[in-house]
This record gives sequence, C-alpha cells and structure tokens, in this order.
Amino acid sequence: MTRFSATIVVLGLVAVPAAAQDTRKEIQKYQQMIAEGSPVELFELEGETLWKKPQGPNNVSLEKCDLGQGPGVLKGAYARLPRYFKDADRVMDLETRLLHCMTTLQGRSRDEATKRVFGNENQPSEMEYLSAYIAAQSRGVKLAAGNSHPKEKEAYELGKALFFYRAGAWDMSCASCHGEDNKRIRLQDLPVLYKPQSARPIMATWPAYRVSNSQFKTMQWRLNDCYRQMRYPEPKFASEATNALNTFLTVTAAGEPYRGPGTKR
Amino acid sequence: MAGPMKMRATAQGGTTEVRVLMTHPMTTAQMKDQPLHFIQNVVVKQNGKTVIEAEISQAVSRNPVFSFRLKGGAKGDKIEVSWLDNKGESNTIETAVA
Amino acid sequence: MTRRSLLAFLALLLAKPLSVLAAWNEQAFGAKTAADALKGIDASAPAPSKDIAIDAPQIAENGAVVPIEISSSVPGTTAIAVVIEKNPFPLAARFEFKEGALPFVKLNVKMAETSDVRVVAFAGGKQFTATREIKVTIGGCGG
Repeated sequence: MTRFSATIVVLGLVAVPAAAQDTRKEIQKYQQMIAEGSPVELFELEGETLWKKPQGPNNVSLEKCDLGQGPGVLKGAYARLPRYFKDADRVMDLETRLLHCMTTLQGRSRDEATKRVFGNENQPSEMEYLSAYIAAQSRGVKLAAGNSHPKEKEAYELGKALFFYRAGAWDMSCASCHGEDNKRIRLQDLPVLYKPQSARPIMATWPAYRVSNSQFKTMQWRLNDCYRQMRYPEPKFASEATNALNTFLTVTAAGEPYRGPGTKR
Repeated sequence: MAGPMKMRATAQGGTTEVRVLMTHPMTTAQMKDQPLHFIQNVVVKQNGKTVIEAEISQAVSRNPVFSFRLKGGAKGDKIEVSWLDNKGESNTIETAVA
Repeated sequence: MTRRSLLAFLALLLAKPLSVLAAWNEQAFGAKTAADALKGIDASAPAPSKDIAIDAPQIAENGAVVPIEISSSVPGTTAIAVVIEKNPFPLAARFEFKEGALPFVKLNVKMAETSDVRVVAFAGGKQFTATREIKVTIGGCGG
C-alpha cells in the first residue's frame, strides 16, 4: 500500500471514533453546566429544616441521631456509609440509619416512617430531603464505607454476589448493563460498576437531582428502580439486600472524594 | 406558601456575581391535569435600587436558577431578588455580598 | 376626583406589591412562531452580531433543563431576549439591564426538541442577534 493511501485509511479509521468523542465531550459539558446551575441546594435547605424538626410521639428532632461519627455529627458521615452499627447489629446505609433514628429516637412506627419513602417533583419525601442535606455535609470527604467488621465484609460479599446474580423475568443482573465496557443505552454511557475507576465518579454523586423529572433521588430509590427496570420483584426499603449492594458499590468506589448531591439527567 | 429561595452574591474583580435559586414548579401549558403555574417577573435590586427587571415564562426550567452580574459592588452590599408568578404568588430573598 | 380619594388611590397603588407594577408581555409570550415572538418584542429584523456570546452545550441530555449562558458586548446593551425557535411558545425570557447591571445572564430553559436558540440584544434603539443550535436527545435509563 502506498503511503498516500495508507494515510487515507488511517484518517478514515480515526474519523468515526472522533465523532463519538465529540458527542461525549459535549455531553460532559452539558453535565458540568447543569451541575453548576443546579437547584440541588434547595433540597439541602429543606433537609436541614426536617433534620431539626421535632416529630413523632417523643416529639424530638433527629439532631441526636448517630450516623456513625457520633450523635449529631454530620460532617463526613455520609461518605463513611454504609457501615456496621452495634446498636442495631447490622450494616446500614444512610436511609436505613435514618429510619432507625426515626423509630428509636422519635418513637415513630416503621409503617408511618416508610409510608412514602420515594416522592415526586411536587412533593419530595422526607428521606429525599434529609439525604440531600446530610450528603451535602460530606462534600470533599473521601468515600470510606465500612469494610473491616465481619458483617461489613459479609455485606460486601453478598452485594457482589447480588450484582452478578441473574434472575427475574428477564434473567438479568446488575452486570447485564453495568458489567461490560463500552456499553450504553441511547446516548447514556453505562458505567462498569464493579470497576473502581467507573464506580468512583458515580458513587461520588448520589443522591442526586434528576432534571428529566425534577425529582431528588436517593440510592435506595436507584437500586429499587434498577430492579424495576430488570422486571424483578420490588426490593424492600432498607433491606439487607439493598444495603449489601450499596456496600459493594461504595466500597468499590473507596477513596473518591465525595462531590456532594449530584445533578443528573 | 412559596418554597425556599437561596442566593449567593460574591464580589470579585470589580463585579458582583449573583446566583439565585428559586423553588417553583414552572408548569407549562403542555402538562395536562396541572394548572399553568409559572414565574412571570423577576426583579433584582442592589442596595434598594432596581438593576435588573426580567419577564420570564413557562419555558424556564422548574426550580429556576439564575446567574447575574452587577457592576462594582462591595462586601456588605444588599442584593434583593423577588419573583412574582401568574397566580399572584411571590417570594423574595435578601443577601449581603460576601 | 377629590384630594382625599386621590390620596387614597395613590396610597393603594403604593401599598400594592410587585403585582400591580409588574408588566408581562402576554402577546409576545403567547406568540406561537419565532417571527411573531420577535415582532412582539419589537425585534422583527435584528442584525446578526458577533458580539453576543452564547455558551451552551451542543447536546442536551434532556430538554427539561438546558443551561445557557449569555453575554452581550454590544455597546450600550440594555436588554437581552431568548427565543427558542421550535418551542410551542418561542419567547422564553427577556431581561432588562438598568444602570448597575451587566448584560449577562445564565439560565436553564426547556426545549421541546432540537432547535436554534436565538438571542436578541437591544442596544441604542437597535436590535442585534446571534443563534446557536442545541440538540436535544432522549436519554437512556437515567443514572
């Protein structure tokens, strides 16, 4: 092959990936601009009000709730969840722990506190507002979910097993979408979530405001919705399974500085 | 009762950068079962003087976030942003420039 | 009108909040074509200008929130309008900058579909314009 025609071939091969790269770059610009101009802080504000609001039969606020760093300590608490809690003898993520505080500190029934865990654009849920506020207090703190206590290790292993376990009406697992490089759904890249370099930017930006429906969404919701999309039965809120998956994902993303509640499509 | 507003105003290099967040559904005529409900007017004041007057529409996204730039401005200046919607509801926030 | 009733009327006018005093160009905002919208804001034939900067992504992952940053360096700019050509009601917003404000704004708009976004700058009794195409996509699952 002459040098001329070889050059043409090379340019031809380069042209197609370049177009895909431009698309990716423009989408990244979109993601950056919506994050800069995001209303997410409004949810943090409401969350702060709810954190301090006396509720339940005991008429106390959540301000003495121990999220792992001591009663009422919020700085860095979210970044270190899920973790093992001795008083409940189990691994708990943020929402699971909040539910624990609602029932033990505030005296509320589990039924009442979980009546509406996922909200909508007109009426976000208490969990969503609280998650926004508490997660915001971990901005800049490196993700460090518990990974030393035997139950934390057990949760990690269970989460990993669940990640790869195919079941449900469509015989899918998390790995069906999130287990292979270079996959996407329409224009959305699918991150390979068992790989640290892909999991890190994801776990560093949940919970998040979704612009497509103006709703603030949490990790419990994200896991629930993935199961819905795979046509599985609905996982129970704050279940061992969801906590295990959250543990597996957050431990995989360990070390990543948490960026604060995200803004997503 | 209108939802919360948040604002941050910072003086940098001869201008004041104002970023204001508003809680508002901004529902459009396209949405069935929801009455048309959106902010129509936004007013920005610097130390009591009106500096920006805006007419906006249902084409502005839900929970609007605006960035504006004012000339000059020093720490402690009072910035006030108010909005008024098509139902006559309103809200306002005042912040000192940081 | 007696002095007392005049005073009462004035007192009522001053006591009313933003609502009475704020105008909203119903005709322009209700226009269903870009041409009618431009007519409604007295900008039927704006001159193309390179002094209007529109910073926006070329692709929006979702049309519900499209971030746009606009800055006009046309001397004497007193107002900026945003017209989204393919929206059902193209006129999205109009900002008036009085003494003390810079002709700059960043906002999030809704776009019904891929469309030209037209910015009109009003300066010295004249109108200037620049446009930018923004593609709107239907996203995937939603991470």
